[in-house]
Amino acid sequence: MISFIAGRFAQSIVVMLTVGLIAFAMFRFVGDPINNMVGQDTTAEQREQLRERLGLNDPFYVQYARFALNAVQGEFGQSYFHRRPVSELLVERMPATLELSLIGAVLALVVGVPAGVYTALNRNGILSNLIMSGSLLGVSIPTFLIGIILILVFGVVWRVLPTFGRGDVVDLGWWTTGFLTASGLKSLILPSVTLALFQLTLIMRLVRAEMLEVLRTDFIKFAKARGILTRSIHFSHALKNSLVPVITITGLQLGSIIAFAIITETVFQWPGMGLLFIQAVLEVDIPVMAAYLVVIGFVFVFINFIVDILYFVVDPRLRADRAGSGH
Amino acid sequence: MALLDIKNIRVDFPTRRGVFTAVENVTLSVNPGEILGCVGESGAGKSTIGNTVIGLLEPPGRMSEGEIDLDGKRIDNLPYEAIRKIRGRRIGMIFQDPLTSLNPLQTIERQLVETITTHLPLNEGEARQKAVDLLDRVGIPEADIRIGQYPHQFSGGMRQRVVIALALCADPEVIIADEPTTALDVSIQAQILDLMRELCRERQVGMIIITHDMGVIADITDRVAVMYHGKVVEEGPTQKILGNPDHPYTQSLISAVPRPDVRLKRFPLVEYIESAGEARKELDVANHWLGKARDFEAMDGPLLTLEKLHMRFVTRNAILPRDRRYLDAVKDVSFDIKQGEVFGLVGESGSGKSTVARMIAGLYKPTGGNIFFAGGELTALRTEREKDRYRRQMQMIFQDPYSSLNPRMRVLDIVAEPIRFHNLADDRKETETIVLDLLEHVGLGAAAAVKYPHEFSGGQRQRISIARALATRPRFLICDEPTSALDVSIQAQILNLLKDLQQELGLTMMFISHDLPVIRQMCDRVGVMRHGQLCEVAETEELFENPQHEYSKHLLDLMPKLDVLSHEGLEVEQTK
Repeated sequence: MISFIAGRFAQSIVVMLTVGLIAFAMFRFVGDPINNMVGQDTTAEQREQLRERLGLNDPFYVQYARFALNAVQGEFGQSYFHRRPVSELLVERMPATLELSLIGAVLALVVGVPAGVYTALNRNGILSNLIMSGSLLGVSIPTFLIGIILILVFGVVWRVLPTFGRGDVVDLGWWTTGFLTASGLKSLILPSVTLALFQLTLIMRLVRAEMLEVLRTDFIKFAKARGILTRSIHFSHALKNSLVPVITITGLQLGSIIAFAIITETVFQWPGMGLLFIQAVLEVDIPVMAAYLVVIGFVFVFINFIVDILYFVVDPRLRADRAGSGH
Repeated sequence: MALLDIKNIRVDFPTRRGVFTAVENVTLSVNPGEILGCVGESGAGKSTIGNTVIGLLEPPGRMSEGEIDLDGKRIDNLPYEAIRKIRGRRIGMIFQDPLTSLNPLQTIERQLVETITTHLPLNEGEARQKAVDLLDRVGIPEADIRIGQYPHQFSGGMRQRVVIALALCADPEVIIADEPTTALDVSIQAQILDLMRELCRERQVGMIIITHDMGVIADITDRVAVMYHGKVVEEGPTQKILGNPDHPYTQSLISAVPRPDVRLKRFPLVEYIESAGEARKELDVANHWLGKARDFEAMDGPLLTLEKLHMRFVTRNAILPRDRRYLDAVKDVSFDIKQGEVFGLVGESGSGKSTVARMIAGLYKPTGGNIFFAGGELTALRTEREKDRYRRQMQMIFQDPYSSLNPRMRVLDIVAEPIRFHNLADDRKETETIVLDLLEHVGLGAAAAVKYPHEFSGGQRQRISIARALATRPRFLICDEPTSALDVSIQAQILNLLKDLQQELGLTMMFISHDLPVIRQMCDRVGVMRHGQLCEVAETEELFENPQHEYSKHLLDLMPKLDVLSHEGLEVEQTK
């Protein structure tokens, strides 16, 4: 198991270096950084000095190594637009995105898994059919449209929920949270529902399909033939066996919740990393774009790594020492 | 009054095209300490009976007539909760495949303890003690330690013991075993059947064994019911039914069972089987395409020679060589096959017999040793062109008739593919004529050409595979368990067909099977394999009458004795 984890860890590092390379390449290929930094009246000589001082004349691999080392320490340079260190900007914006994603993911899981189980167990029930048809809408309507519809209904027509921003936040020094104020919590509702809806339907359909598959297996039939309680068959035998693929997809989806928060954040003017990124694209703020790419890449790699370890927890067949299982 | 009484039941499956009746007018009963066999071919409705008794019919199936009594009380009309309490507590069930019958994510302990505490008023500790005792009783060594393990840590035979222990958890009065040994090797099968017989006597359990295997029936049952098309055609004491059957179906079924004790010229024609109708069209082989142009260079000596053939698989790869793990599936196997003979290879699962076949056919590349075929060295061939020349002369028939045919191709194209690939016919028209002749030759009829594989039954599909194998006009045919997936009567037909073709075309054959009686019917010489090694090679009659190697003796000992079977209408082949 340790060699497996070490292998996955090494793979993760390779992936991160590649993501870093792509982010780094942006500096070189998306416009000239010196042009972006200095005014029009800077002389060629001054430009050359600046180029030398920033190390832009060094060979490609030296620059890349410097970029990677800085990135590991959370150092991504200065934002051209905000004139502040990128890391500072990110740390400022990260709580907003993470809180939104967390609520979105929890919502998707807490509603999605039970709904999947319910529709699998009551395959032909009226409520099941309603949920299944409703989930088709969830899958097929694009996120921004859902957001706009929610804003229209709850913000414009009924005027019950705020439609932009985080509301009042409490600053804990290293983290700003919206969980502690009423307006903060209210502001979370619409964006998190919007963000969760697609993932929710996906998880629900996945759980349902896996459950139906497992309920057809021989060991479920054998458990029934032994008179095991129905509740135990459904939850302790069937559900646990259908979780392995669900964990994989949920892990990946959690990553994309954070990444795709961009759209939701834009619709709801949510002051998170996604909004920062959109602004950076508009202003050609390359350090911010590069840093965002690296951070999102890291989130994906990290979650996948956790998912791989979770397999061991769920499935004993992987845990066994593969060399000698007692026969 | 019997312990379990199944009275005149009928089970219907409503489908879109009307009601399908799986079981009709079935009346069976079993007494304490008695083993009732329920035998029949696939689709006869045997498993449906077991599922009906325990209330586990797959919807939309339902019992529309009759009643089922347990110890004098009717149980088929009970509400769900009441029937659930009977399951496992009073009626235990054992299924066919021990590999899929256990929850892979729970320890054996959890599964046993849950079952025990569901039915008996014991606490966790007492339940665990009972579980350990049960495992001990069904013959699992170090039960106290092994109870904490997961199913994948047990071998197939051990898992079936665990399944039996699970069925015994709450001391049921009746046990229904649905093909309990079909997925197991002969030696494991013998142990499991012994165990079941003992338990039945010791606990005075009434047992119903559902199987297609006459060997199991003859070995363990007291009474037997023969099922055909959802009906019981004959029922009585096992000795009587097997030795002197009254019903023509039972007679033909029994005559189709391969005998371990004598070699038959061919199996008597079985009339009672669907799809046996299409008569084979005899071909004048000498003047037909199939017999003509068999441009094989004449040769002396054996057709195929294996010299110290070795196959090693990597089971765990690692960067450091010392961390790698290997499995030597075939270890230094040498034998030869003479022209025109049928050579049998017999062994239990994992003995390496299929690996040998795959190496000869070129599907695996041996890690050591040489293969000589028709004067050439196969292991020395490098270019595809050279290999194709030999591939044409050598064809293979696989075990599973369902996965060895491309479902998206018509039968015509399936059979024509090798002819086209090797450019064996002059034009389209000729190819088509050859394919139609071949299909008639294997007893399918020319009309089969335009159909797709899914329109055929298992036996018919195996005929398609045979036609495809013959389409290259091969001189050597490798049959890897060609009838293991088929019913007894279909098996008899296919074996007859292979025998006929072998004689007409002068084919040399390698016949792989785990089934000793089938080997005796088919082969001239036999090699016995175990753990990748060849134990013994002998003339078939010699091996059966006077085995030399310990393992051969052991295998022959375990073979179910079918002495009770009626010998009526059998044509025994005289040994040379």
